[in-house]
Formats: sequence, structure tokens, C-alpha cells
Amino acid sequence: MQPTGRKMSISAAQGWGQRFALALADLGETMHLWRLVLALSFMDIKLRYRGSLLGPFWLTLSTAVMIGAIGFLYAGLFHQDVGQYLPYLSISLIFWGFLSTLTGEGGTSFTAAEGMIRAQRMPLSLHAARVVMRNLFVLAHNLVVIVVVFTIFHVVPSKAVFSVVPALALWLVDGMAVCLLLGVFGARFRDIPPIIASIVQIAFYVTPVIWSPTMILHRHIGRVLVEWNPFYALLEILRGPLLGLPLEPEAWAMALGYSALLLLLSALTFTRARARIAYWI
Amino acid sequence: MASLQFNDVSVSFPLYHGESRSLKKTVFAAASGRLGEDKKHRLVVEALRHISFSLKSGDRLGFIGSNGAGKTTLLRTMAGIYEPVAGNIEIDGAITALLDPNQGMNMELTGRENIRLRGLYSGLSKAQIQRLEEDVASFAELGQFLELPVRTYSSGMVIRLGFALATAIRPQILLMDEWILAGDASFLDKARHRLEGMVQGAEILVLSSHSAEIIMRWCNRVIWMDGGQIKLAGPPEEVLGAYLTPEQFAQVQAVVRVAA
Repeated sequence: MQPTGRKMSISAAQGWGQRFALALADLGETMHLWRLVLALSFMDIKLRYRGSLLGPFWLTLSTAVMIGAIGFLYAGLFHQDVGQYLPYLSISLIFWGFLSTLTGEGGTSFTAAEGMIRAQRMPLSLHAARVVMRNLFVLAHNLVVIVVVFTIFHVVPSKAVFSVVPALALWLVDGMAVCLLLGVFGARFRDIPPIIASIVQIAFYVTPVIWSPTMILHRHIGRVLVEWNPFYALLEILRGPLLGLPLEPEAWAMALGYSALLLLLSALTFTRARARIAYWI
Repeated sequence: MASLQFNDVSVSFPLYHGESRSLKKTVFAAASGRLGEDKKHRLVVEALRHISFSLKSGDRLGFIGSNGAGKTTLLRTMAGIYEPVAGNIEIDGAITALLDPNQGMNMELTGRENIRLRGLYSGLSKAQIQRLEEDVASFAELGQFLELPVRTYSSGMVIRLGFALATAIRPQILLMDEWILAGDASFLDKARHRLEGMVQGAEILVLSSHSAEIIMRWCNRVIWMDGGQIKLAGPPEEVLGAYLTPEQFAQVQAVVRVAA
């Protein structure tokens, strides 16, 4: 058995152009190894639940229990109609869960793969892709809960529901960017992951996730939290159309703007640090 | 034709503050007291300094040197894991590095799952992975253990699996660290047989070992590493003659003669 021989030239002291080309090649190699990314993330999930009776369906079940409990409690506290609040909450919480786990695990994309990185040369973006893919699997298990809630409460999405597809694609691209960016910083500065975790925790409370913007319309502070909040924009492009609202150009503009910024930051960081990651972990 | 060339390659590890950084500890362990400063006046350990050599098909290179001489770092740099701080490396050919017995193996997965994963790492097709499984299973002689998690294996079994995996995907250039010596005697014979088949196919072998005997038997070139630099390079007799005391050298020669 013989893999095809390849020529490789590794040299020190490169300019930005060359470094960027190498970073792109790294991403290209990861795409080429997509079957490995799938296998690794599938294995992660499988190992997490090996020996358990329900297996990965614990993901679905625990999400369902949480949404049910919080849903009825907060609908009471906020004086909301359960039929409207529960669908809102299910989308919000599930996608927020995806976002917060991704930022949490993104910070250790490279440090957690230390053994693999030091064993053989491999594209480094593969480890970030693995984190994204793994969380996508988790998300897929949780989507069942959204479908059930929507069926129970007869929620009809608006005609703009097609825009959920590009919105999900944007989430994936952003997820990859977050894992590369936080992964690099997390490898170099070990204090980054806990800092990120507390920032995301605060973001959870100030973003309309369990509360909705309509609840605080009469207060000025609410406008800042909604109009300048990247998390709100990203959630809203998914949540809006599913809950029957028309396409929201403002939310989209904000989501795309913040994403472009994130992508730029992530590209710069990964281009600059790629060759050093093996030294840091 | 495979080839591997190092041109004035230097590698240095940055040292950052904070006790919890495992890197700092490993590097201190690996590079006893070779501190320097880089351009930005950061404290670094100069693990490799101005290394140049070139290898062509048929070369079996052995690295000797005390602990912390830079042998493992050099192997990792050859594998492309550490990109050099200065100089450049030209590699032509598929390369495999056997640097630690666990090889990025996942201890929780079964032997068979690890084999499949390795196939995917190397970008093999489904049919090729099937053949890889058969080949590794027959060489590693793990029998029913192949269906059990690797963490239940003895260390010898882990090494057999790792070796079988790395040599099943026939690399043109094979880099090996000294852990291979941990196998039992019958396995060493088998391993040597399999490796020799591989090297005879005009491939390159690079081996780092403390055992002068292994180096004498397997290598036709030797580099003596000291303090991150090449101290002496040449044929095994010459370099080992300088590296070992005369009594040790005579003993090794006697052992090798008996074995041959």
C-alpha cells in the first residue's frame, strides 16, 4: 500500500503573502480530508455516550426537558403565552447552546488535539473543523425538539423561511472562524478559554435568548441590547422567519457585517500563527 | 526517488511564563540548558542549531546522542510538525513518523477503529482501508484484542499495533524514535524483517536510538547530535567509534558479528 509521494518545501521567514497561501492550503487539505473530519467528530460523540443506554439521544432528551421546564416557568414569570413563548425559546436556547459550546470548545481546538498534532503533520484547520462538525451533530440531535415544539403549537414559518438555509451556512462559516481564532489564542494564552466562557455567559443574559425584545420595548436599554448586539442579529436571521416574521434586512446586514469582521480577524490570526501552533501546545 | 534535505535549519522553542505550560516542562527536559534570545528578546530554547544534511533513497540514517541532544525535535522537524525558525527543508516522498508508540491513537477506541482512523488520516479509499485492516491484523497478531479498546492492551501490544500501522502504509521516508526497542525479542526480529523489506525498496529510514547495536545493524550513516548541533557525521563504525568508549565499541562489534 503506498500513498502518492509528494513534494514538500518548508521554509522559515515568509512574508504575509506566502503565509496566507499556506493557510489557504491548510484549509484546502482539511476539505480534502472531509471523511476524516466526519469520522473524528462521529467518534467524539460515540465515545461520549459509549455504554449509555440512550446514547446520543440523551442530547435530545436533556434539551427537551430543559426547554419544557424553563419554558413553562418563564412563560409564567414573564406573563407570556406558552404557545408563543415555547417555540421562541426552543429555537433560541438550542442555537445559543450551539454557539456557547462552540466558543467553549473552540478555545481548545488545538490544545485538545495535542497528541495528534505532535504525532504527524496534518492540516491544523482540521482540528477546528472537527469541533464545528461535532457540534453540528449535537445540533442535529436537538433540532428534533424544535420540530416537536413547532408541531405541538402549530407554528407556521413565514414565506422567508428559505433564508434559513443561507443563515445556517453563515453560522457554519462563523463557527469555523471562531474555532480557528479562539483555538490559536487558546493555544498561546491559556487564560483565554475561561475568559471567553464568562463573556459568553454575560452575553447570554444581555441577548434576547430567554427574553424577547418585545418584552422590553418600553425601555431604552433594550434598544442598545438589540440594535448593536451581534448575537441578536445572528439569532434573529434564523428565529425570525421560522416564527413567521418576514425577512429582516437590518438583522441580515448586521449579521453579515459582524461575520465579515470575524472572518477577517480569524484569517489574520490563523495566517500569522499557523506555523507556531505546534510549538505552543 | 525519495529525498530529504535540510538547509541550515534552526528550531527554537519560545518560553512563556506560567508553570502550567506543559511545553515549558517538556522543552526543559529535552534541551538541558540551551537558552538564547530571539530577535524580539524573548527567551527561547535553541533546540536545533544550523542543521544541514541531505538524504537520498537507500540511506538508513541513525541519530545518536545523549538525552536532550535534539534527536526527537529533529525527527519532528523532518516530519514537518515543527516548522523551522530559520533555514528550509525540502522533502520529496510520502513521509511517516513513528515518534511515540501511541501515535495519536485513541485509547478508548478499539484496535480496528484505530486502524480505520489511520487509513482516513492517510487519505486512503474504502478498499485500501479494508486491506490495511487485514494487513495490520495479521502482522500485529492481536487476534480478538482487535475488537477491544486499546487501553486494555499491554504496552507490547500497543507497540506492535503502532508499528504494524505505520509500516503497513508504506512510506517512502520512515522516521522512527527509539521506542521501537521496547518490543519483545521475537517482535524485534519480525519488525527488522518488515523494515528491511521497506528499506530495500529504495526508501529512506531515519532512526534515533540509544542502542549502538541497533544503529550498527540497521544504519549505513550516523549523525551524532550534541547540544542541538551535529557533532560528527559519517559511516557507523567511524561515528560510533568516536561516540563510545573503546571497550563499549568492541563489545557492540562483537554482538553484531555474532548476530550476523
